[in-house]
Amino acid sequence: MNRRVVITGMGWITPLGHDLDSVWQRLLAGDSGVAPTTIFDGRTFPTQFAAEVKNFDLQRFLGAQFERHASCSRNAGFALAAAELAWRHAGLNGRPVIDPELVGVYLGGGEGPIDFDNFVAASIAGWNPEKHALDAVRWAEVAAQRLTAVKEFEQDPNCAAGHIACRFNAQGPNLNTLTACAASTQAIGEAALIIRRGDADAMIAGGAHSMIHPLGVTGFNRLTALSTRNDSCVQASRPFDRTRDGFVLGEGAGILILEEYTAAKRRGARLLGEIIGYGSTADAFRVTDMDEDGRGAIAAMRAALTDANVQPQEIDYISAHGTGTEENDKVETRAIKTVFGEFAKKVPISSVKSMFGHVIAGAGAVELITCVLAIRDGLLPPTANYQEPDPNCDLDYIPNQSRRATVRTCLSNSFGFGGQNDTLIVRTCS
Amino acid sequence: MNPRRVVVTGLGPVTPIGTGVTAFWNGLLEKRCGLRRMQNFDPARFASQLGGEIDGLSIANAVPKGYRKAAKIMARDIVLAVVAAHDALRDAGLRTKCLIERGEASGSPNVDNTRLGVNIGAGLICADLPELAEALHSATEGGQFSFAKWGTEGMNNLTPLWLLKFLPNMLACHVTIVHGAEGPSNTITCGEASSHLAIGEAYRTIARGSEDVCICGGAESKTNPMALLRQELGQRLSTRNDTPEQACRPLAADRDGTVVSEGGGLVILEELEHARKREARIYAELVGFGAGHDAYEPRQPSRPHPEGRGTAVALRKAFKDAAIAAEQVSLIASFACGLREHDRSEATAIRGVLGEHAARVAVMNIKAGLGNNGAGSGALDFIAAVLAVHSGRIPPAFNSTPPDPACGLNVVTEGLANGNFEYAISTAYALGGGQNAALVIKRQANG
Repeated sequence: MNRRVVITGMGWITPLGHDLDSVWQRLLAGDSGVAPTTIFDGRTFPTQFAAEVKNFDLQRFLGAQFERHASCSRNAGFALAAAELAWRHAGLNGRPVIDPELVGVYLGGGEGPIDFDNFVAASIAGWNPEKHALDAVRWAEVAAQRLTAVKEFEQDPNCAAGHIACRFNAQGPNLNTLTACAASTQAIGEAALIIRRGDADAMIAGGAHSMIHPLGVTGFNRLTALSTRNDSCVQASRPFDRTRDGFVLGEGAGILILEEYTAAKRRGARLLGEIIGYGSTADAFRVTDMDEDGRGAIAAMRAALTDANVQPQEIDYISAHGTGTEENDKVETRAIKTVFGEFAKKVPISSVKSMFGHVIAGAGAVELITCVLAIRDGLLPPTANYQEPDPNCDLDYIPNQSRRATVRTCLSNSFGFGGQNDTLIVRTCS
Repeated sequence: MNPRRVVVTGLGPVTPIGTGVTAFWNGLLEKRCGLRRMQNFDPARFASQLGGEIDGLSIANAVPKGYRKAAKIMARDIVLAVVAAHDALRDAGLRTKCLIERGEASGSPNVDNTRLGVNIGAGLICADLPELAEALHSATEGGQFSFAKWGTEGMNNLTPLWLLKFLPNMLACHVTIVHGAEGPSNTITCGEASSHLAIGEAYRTIARGSEDVCICGGAESKTNPMALLRQELGQRLSTRNDTPEQACRPLAADRDGTVVSEGGGLVILEELEHARKREARIYAELVGFGAGHDAYEPRQPSRPHPEGRGTAVALRKAFKDAAIAAEQVSLIASFACGLREHDRSEATAIRGVLGEHAARVAVMNIKAGLGNNGAGSGALDFIAAVLAVHSGRIPPAFNSTPPDPACGLNVVTEGLANGNFEYAISTAYALGGGQNAALVIKRQANG
């Protein structure tokens, strides 16, 4: 018995808005979600801009259900709102039609932002400069006064998946993976496998993250991974461009409702696409950088193609990981050439990170949603801000203008720090 | 095609009562307690001042010489995982890159790197407080933190690779690099359920043919001020500070919370024919996995479902997956770690699923001497359950008296020497978040 997995609903909360179709139109138009950072005062940071989610009010999405989730973290709120939209989009908001024990959740959910002001207050109080050591007694005095159980536990990376399970009475398998920037591609792939093998009939899958907070930006700035183009931030995210200087942090969530094909058909669900291939590998190379030939990326794409039983020539569009760092875009290009051979020059590739920024754990989910919309409309989103070709990146990146095309099968890549590689392949249901 | 069978061929426990199978198992049988007044830092200001710390843990004995400097970017959780992976692979007799380079294995590799996967459960890794506090302190003006100064000066006091110390997937990442594991890789972050979910998913990954061998389980350290404070804010901790060896009392009537600890457990799962071909020692077979969710209380600090709904779902699914009736189980390894509501919730689920059989079946629990380390706790339970099935012995749950009638389980408090366990089940759940999982272990006749 070969159980197939289809997508029946999608929702996202993104730096370009919260509505599926209007955000899609903005992507096709090449709009940028990037602006100076407002979430905290980062005016002296090396990077002073980000792609923030604007005008987000969880209550608007949850209505009467809001109170139970009111204290959730920023990223769990994004996840809940996107799940609410996806659930409705799938037509599941009426009477329950699926056995709750066969509804699961698999997220690539990030940790919640730290309770920064209070954490800092305790840290400063606890540091003893004379002894050059942390005074745990003093630290604990301040920390116990200022930190709260709610804010601390809401940071746990399994919280968003828990909130979603409670909201939709999903008593089935519930997992969160946190494989850095690859997490939500991984979550969707693993969720599809859970349905395939019969452990669930429906999975709420995707990811959410916000690292636009002082320590998040600090961490990436210290790694010199972020663009520092403060004077022209709207054009800062420029994947595959010769002048790229790092990625731009985004935030948000993407959630997809996955269902077993026959059950979805039986309930008359709209079939938006089918997950036909998934591959996960490790570079096993270095913590700090990718294997320069992209061996892990190659293996992940090949594993997904094998799983899907499709040839490279059947891929109509590649949603690249395309972060806009010097290394990623070069290595990913090389890996695509290895996997696709001569066809590499023909397959259209783009990175919507040029407009969304990099949603980290949530990136793969919002990118897979764009693949499904590309299939639906026969339109490919562009790589925005593409000006100067890079001899190391010499493929068709759909520069700046969206494009009409026959799109049946798409491949989406996500690669995480530490050599984690995940690839998904999605195909039209018609 | 028959589904591929999956067996346990290697175990790597790293715990406050001992590291490695022999030390860990003897420690359990001898009622060793690894809990004590916290020594890593002065716990005087905390209501619970106890912890299960591991002394003398050395990364140098677990990685090739050329990799030792990478220890500088490893949070304690990562060190625990890297040591556990080394021990588990060595225990399994697998010749990986690391073991060959270290001269601990001779000959050519006996596992294909592209068929060697990793799935490691991890917690929310706490930043190294002294390092971060020093940097934050350097960005103060008149005693107040200044964002402006942080951006220009303060943040530069953090090492450039600072972020990489604390990403949860770095446990798996370092293990893949050290051992050359290029197969499927995953990191599950579901609190105390992480290890079980990681082992269960690894079991599925081998069964469907995507890999032949997987290094799986979990690791976490909660013996630092931040983790201790979080657990204290959640009112999860015992305050029996004067009697650490009696503080963690799972399923006992007078339990008053758990004790934080550190530890890790990685196990080697292997496809049966792969293991047979290389004549590996087989501890047991993994035959069932189930996962479920309470879907009960989203508000933090969240309470478990009073009847253990998620645990019950996981148990039923695991039995169904193993194609056995609940009555066929003769040993239950309970997760209970000494919390009043959580212990009862799990016990209620076990009684609900097993019915009358619940009163007869032996229940083991190893937390009295180990406390709760979070994401690695379930793996240690699983390892102990595998060893119990393998050896026919149950270590004493030495603090689980007087029994709590509200839990109503047959907890083995004195130990048991001549057991015969055909099937055992090991459960785990996240203390907050609502995730639950269960694994069914089958005795291996030729083990």
